[in-house]
Amino acid sequence: MTFIHKQAVIIGGGPGGLAAAAELKKNGIDDILILEREHTPGGILRQCIHDGFGLTRFGETLSGPEYAQRFIDDVKKQGIEIVTDATVIGLTRDRKVTAASKDGLLQYQADAVILTMGCRERTRGALSIPGERPAGVFTAGTAQAYINLKNKMVGKNVIILGSGDIGMIMARRMTLEGAKVQAVFEIQPYPSGLPRNIEQCLNDYQIPLYLSHTVTKIIGHNRLEAVEVSQVDENMQPIPGTEKRYDCDTLILSVGLIPENELSLMAGVELDPRTKGAVVDEFYQTSVPGIFAAGNVLHVHDLVDFVSLEAERLAKSVAAYLKEDLAPAEISIETGGLIGYTVPQKISGARDVSLSFRPRKPVRGCRVEIRQDETCLVSRTYPKLLPAEMETIDLPAGKLLSKSNIKVVTVDE
Amino acid sequence: MNRTMTCILCPNGCEMTIEYKEKELLSVCGNRCPKGASYAEQEIKNPMRNIASSVLVKGGDLPLCSVRLSAPIPREKIPEVMEEIRRITVSAPVSIGDVLAPNVLGLGSDVIATRNIEKLH
Amino acid sequence: MNPIYDVLVIGAGVVGCSVARELSRYQLSVCVAEKGPDVCMETSSRNSAVLHAGYNNKTGSLMAKFCVEGNRTFDQIAEELDIPYRRTGKLVVGFTPEDREKLEELKAQGERNGIEGIRMVERDFIDKKAPCVGGNFAMWSPTTAILSPFQFTFGMAENAAENGVQFFFDSEVTQITHGRLINGTFQPDPPKTGGPDPAKTGQSDPAEASEFHSAKNRNNAPGAPYDPDGVYTVTTKGKSFLTRWVINCAGLGSDRISAMLGIDEYTLYPCRGEYYILDKRLSHMLPLPAYPVPNIKTGGLGIHLTPTLDGNIMVGPSTEYIDSREDYSATRPIMDMLIEDGSRIFPYLKKEYFIRNFAGIRPKLAPPGVGGFHDFVIERRDAVAPHAVNLVGIESPGLTSAVPIAHEVIRLMKEVEPLKENPAFNPIRRRAVTFRDKTPEEQARLIKENPDYGEIICRCETITKAEVLAAIRGPLGAKTVTGVKYRCRAMMGRCQGGYCQPKITELLMEEKGIRPEDLTYERRGSYLFTGEVRES
Repeated sequence: MTFIHKQAVIIGGGPGGLAAAAELKKNGIDDILILEREHTPGGILRQCIHDGFGLTRFGETLSGPEYAQRFIDDVKKQGIEIVTDATVIGLTRDRKVTAASKDGLLQYQADAVILTMGCRERTRGALSIPGERPAGVFTAGTAQAYINLKNKMVGKNVIILGSGDIGMIMARRMTLEGAKVQAVFEIQPYPSGLPRNIEQCLNDYQIPLYLSHTVTKIIGHNRLEAVEVSQVDENMQPIPGTEKRYDCDTLILSVGLIPENELSLMAGVELDPRTKGAVVDEFYQTSVPGIFAAGNVLHVHDLVDFVSLEAERLAKSVAAYLKEDLAPAEISIETGGLIGYTVPQKISGARDVSLSFRPRKPVRGCRVEIRQDETCLVSRTYPKLLPAEMETIDLPAGKLLSKSNIKVVTVDE
Repeated sequence: MNRTMTCILCPNGCEMTIEYKEKELLSVCGNRCPKGASYAEQEIKNPMRNIASSVLVKGGDLPLCSVRLSAPIPREKIPEVMEEIRRITVSAPVSIGDVLAPNVLGLGSDVIATRNIEKLH
Repeated sequence: MNPIYDVLVIGAGVVGCSVARELSRYQLSVCVAEKGPDVCMETSSRNSAVLHAGYNNKTGSLMAKFCVEGNRTFDQIAEELDIPYRRTGKLVVGFTPEDREKLEELKAQGERNGIEGIRMVERDFIDKKAPCVGGNFAMWSPTTAILSPFQFTFGMAENAAENGVQFFFDSEVTQITHGRLINGTFQPDPPKTGGPDPAKTGQSDPAEASEFHSAKNRNNAPGAPYDPDGVYTVTTKGKSFLTRWVINCAGLGSDRISAMLGIDEYTLYPCRGEYYILDKRLSHMLPLPAYPVPNIKTGGLGIHLTPTLDGNIMVGPSTEYIDSREDYSATRPIMDMLIEDGSRIFPYLKKEYFIRNFAGIRPKLAPPGVGGFHDFVIERRDAVAPHAVNLVGIESPGLTSAVPIAHEVIRLMKEVEPLKENPAFNPIRRRAVTFRDKTPEEQARLIKENPDYGEIICRCETITKAEVLAAIRGPLGAKTVTGVKYRCRAMMGRCQGGYCQPKITELLMEEKGIRPEDLTYERRGSYLFTGEVRES
């Protein structure tokens, strides 16, 4: 079989892939292909019909489909090739890409592969919630697809487990469509979604949010009939005696997103156990030369604007990579204190970088330092850090003292 | 009186402490931009919200077209506006920005399409 | 007037489907009445998916005989019906001198049962076969295989259907009455008078049950059994059937059906087994099933690890007697125990690899407190229920034994009635193409022939639209979400249908003309949607 040569093949035509394509073209790369498995590009934004997208990127607030359309229009205007209804089923270390489509098996040899496959939802199985397996238990994103794309109402009397943003968005969405959303339960002692969503999706509709609670049993043989909810202790273990039954026909799970890295693994890309995405350098290059990653496949973002911006930064690096060698990234970034992870996880030291990070738990008035050789290179104080909100800290190249590893830590005040 | 509120205007979600007397804002702190203060003022007087939903499409490549309002409406009007949205049926094609119901309930806000729907052949 | 069937099989599990297929070799009109909406809905789909060798069962029992035979003859069935399986062999691992003693006993029993090739092996052998498996030594069983219980059951059901067997789903049997047709009208037998059923004397009393219960031969009650005019009315929730023969293959309901036939001394004790399913990412670490030394008292084989043909690993099952026959709940203490016990044999169990739990229920004749195995009951009780074959307590190794059990049913029928071979019987069934198993060249050719192969519906398992449609349109096609899942594996991957379920439900509704509120996930009442968001 013959492989068609491409300078850059982008896997996934969601917000990351579209932004990367448009930016690549603007940086002088012409031979670009986007492979998208759905019939229309836009990725998960197609079903995110609520507004609030685009404030950072466009300075105005848009719905998901509108936000995506801006990038789709840009990509089309620039004449970038996009093949839809094509699912990538193979990716090799030497950047051979195989996709299945109705027009046949498509095979490409790419100089650079850009991974923008997004993420998937954690499921009930991954949580091991005890109980039966009735119908009526949906992940929030699946419920969202049914309601916003397929015109199917998934239930009328709803409990939501997990205070992720999609869960809260669905609480409001289902309420507006006439469902009774009884409550949102979160196992952590703090919410996992954004404060503004608690305000406008829950508080506006008098939907209570219970922290340190989880579903400990699913009841119902055919369709969901009830859930048992328990309080949890500081180790997130259910406290016996606190069980309470809530009759409901629907349980929506909003319990986390996981980068979709099946293809990355197939190509031998090294993953970071903390982000579940690839280990990348400041060029967004993975451990496999010529394979790059950005967006939710790299680490789960809370705002699509940040996905687009990250993909645009990636595109600049890929454009550079296609013209010249990138500086080798030999400085690893370690984390300490409350810092959960950083992206990138390694840098070259040759240029200024901005490190994205999340704290492992909420903290107020917190100082974050970047250290090398026991010296503080950069220090910045944040009024609050929340696991729900990705933050950044800048590291100018001139501050680096050596080629030894650096460490990003929180400092107790 | 004092209370705290989360500004919903942008993803920053500033947590603000406000002081007010009846419907008059006396002071705000915790906001990172001036929009927070005006949000707080509006919130005390008359909270305004935008909503998103879907309307039925005939002959389109999707069964539903997503919609939102062109401008926020008073929060307490949401149920009535939803009733109006439920009644709308449109025919494909639809383009982003199409006004599907102008000046809904005389609130000065239009129901606009937020998705392109192609005609199904 | 209702047709009169020659044979009505109750239950479309692996045994019912096997019996139905064997019956279709003869010139008989056969139907299957199944209470669920599909084939393979209970114990047949909820087990370890292992083709056992047959050393776990007492020499001389039907269990041992049929299990050994089922294993030995499986290659032919698999070839006829295109059933995927792999003879991986199996390790039963031990740690202590007591374990070694028990394994030696197990090996001796296996040898008595006529199994070839089983032997004791040391750590170096385990290292060679499955280095990630724990244990200091093991018994090696080379003939044990892993198989797809779904494909096995569906294969027999589809082949039976193609050979003329009719399947009736959502048809739970509520009453069975024997009588005869007089001028085309069913006339029930007069109520029984006189003494007790002679065959019943000295029958099982749970109190005297022992660790192992041998089958008592109750098949040859006196009297001339062949009664060409006798007929049963079998009433179900949907309709009623007239049939000359009834075969009870009702699994978890087999004691109740038995009682409806007038054989009322059996009680089944539901015994639940819970499992975890692990992500495919670990598949390279477990090439074959690894079992602990069985504790015969518990009535199970112990918490073991089994690779599936598709690359997942199953951990389980627990052994817990419960009151319900339909409570497939997973429970917290058992889930914790599975991890703890499973880790002894396979120390790489981690919560992040779990993708799903499930449970199965064993229809046990051995009561709680006694445990162990009670032999299969496969009997004809002519005095009470003429022209009926009664199968009760078909638990593990029922999957492995399914075909020999069906042969036994035929044998018992032939003792009463000569059966004429059906010259048109075609033993061959081919399963739908699995796109993911093909080479790129073959995949390209498939797409060219049918572009639906180019549309991936389930991204985790690489299942195409053509395969989903085959599951829906095939013989006995799926009409529930679970039905699609069991047939083509879509939604069985790590996202558990999060991505593809909306596409699959759409295809099901389109293909079968089902309204949104009538679409079910699995059983009746398991509706997925309350309706449309906007009524179209």
